Amino acid sequence: MAKIDLNSENSVYFDVLKEIGNIGCGNATTALAHMLNRKVDMSVPQVRLLDFKDVGSILGGEEKIMAGIYLMVQGDITGSIMFLLEKDSAKSLIAMLMGTTPSEGELDEIEQSALKEIGNIITASYLNSLSSLTNLSIYPSVPALSIDMAGAILSVPAIEFGLIGDKILLIENDFSEGLNGYFILVPDLESYDKIFSAIGM
Amino acid sequence: MSEIIKVGMADLKTCKAPDGVTTLGLGSCVGIAIRDPILKIGGLAHAMLPDSTRIKNNTNAYKFVDTGIDELVAELVKQGASKTRLVAKIAGGAQMFTFQNKSDMVRVGEQNVMASKKKLAELGIPLLAEDTGLNFGRTVVFYPENGNFVIRAVGKDEKVI
Repeated sequence: MAKIDLNSENSVYFDVLKEIGNIGCGNATTALAHMLNRKVDMSVPQVRLLDFKDVGSILGGEEKIMAGIYLMVQGDITGSIMFLLEKDSAKSLIAMLMGTTPSEGELDEIEQSALKEIGNIITASYLNSLSSLTNLSIYPSVPALSIDMAGAILSVPAIEFGLIGDKILLIENDFSEGLNGYFILVPDLESYDKIFSAIGM
Repeated sequence: MSEIIKVGMADLKTCKAPDGVTTLGLGSCVGIAIRDPILKIGGLAHAMLPDSTRIKNNTNAYKFVDTGIDELVAELVKQGASKTRLVAKIAGGAQMFTFQNKSDMVRVGEQNVMASKKKLAELGIPLLAEDTGLNFGRTVVFYPENGNFVIRAVGKDEKVI
């Protein structure tokens, strides 16, 4: 029987997930800096527990166009992880990676593939820190990409959170140079217990 | 001046003509619009999961297709709508991400659409039109005045069903 309560920000479990978020974002930032071969700063990540109905508005509106990179997670814990960023941020990132200037309009196939790879590396380094913290093996799947309205992309992790509660846990990471990224980690119910017992709770 | 009332995720709202109800960025969730064409009152439910009986944590009735439709119908009846006159349209239920091995979770959009049809059939509410599935998000606006269900998607022409 699951012992967690994710509906309250006061819960000690929330603090742990927050800390995991902090460490994960740190690792992800380092990975991003390596990938781009330049210095990338980050501010302290904001961890938020949101009602479903408020999810869209916090990201600048349900209709804001965003890029979501989504991976299934397998191994000792199962679930999914999403890295979400504004379409313009995505374009700047791609341009930095490919040494070009940000393109106009829709992303072409190469840009989409580059974005998936960015998401792949960032989420993998995030999961790595969770893995070394808990000593659990975690394997991400190949990434899937969607560029669409924030509300529509977020419906996918929100539905998974919906299976266990009425809130969604969102980790916001401000990278330097106006790049704004969000992480959403959704372990399934048994995996939460595994994470907490692995760190002695 | 008519007003457009916003419906959030796992939420429902009703209104009377000439007002409308809208929900923004519908992804795998499903939007169920029901109206009484004589009284011109209607409502929109934004449900996330197909079946409340399969989930233990089911206190939020609006979160599920089955209980969400029940609540929406009850609310419309309370406002004077006749159950026998009710008609429905649905939108959403997209599959936003594609993976090689399709798990149940990934197919939740499809399940939401199926559950909506099943529930409406059980209640004897005719489904007049739908714009469901595929792989993109939708913003929808429902007008109980004429039953128009306006659907907008990124990079696509506006559509009325």
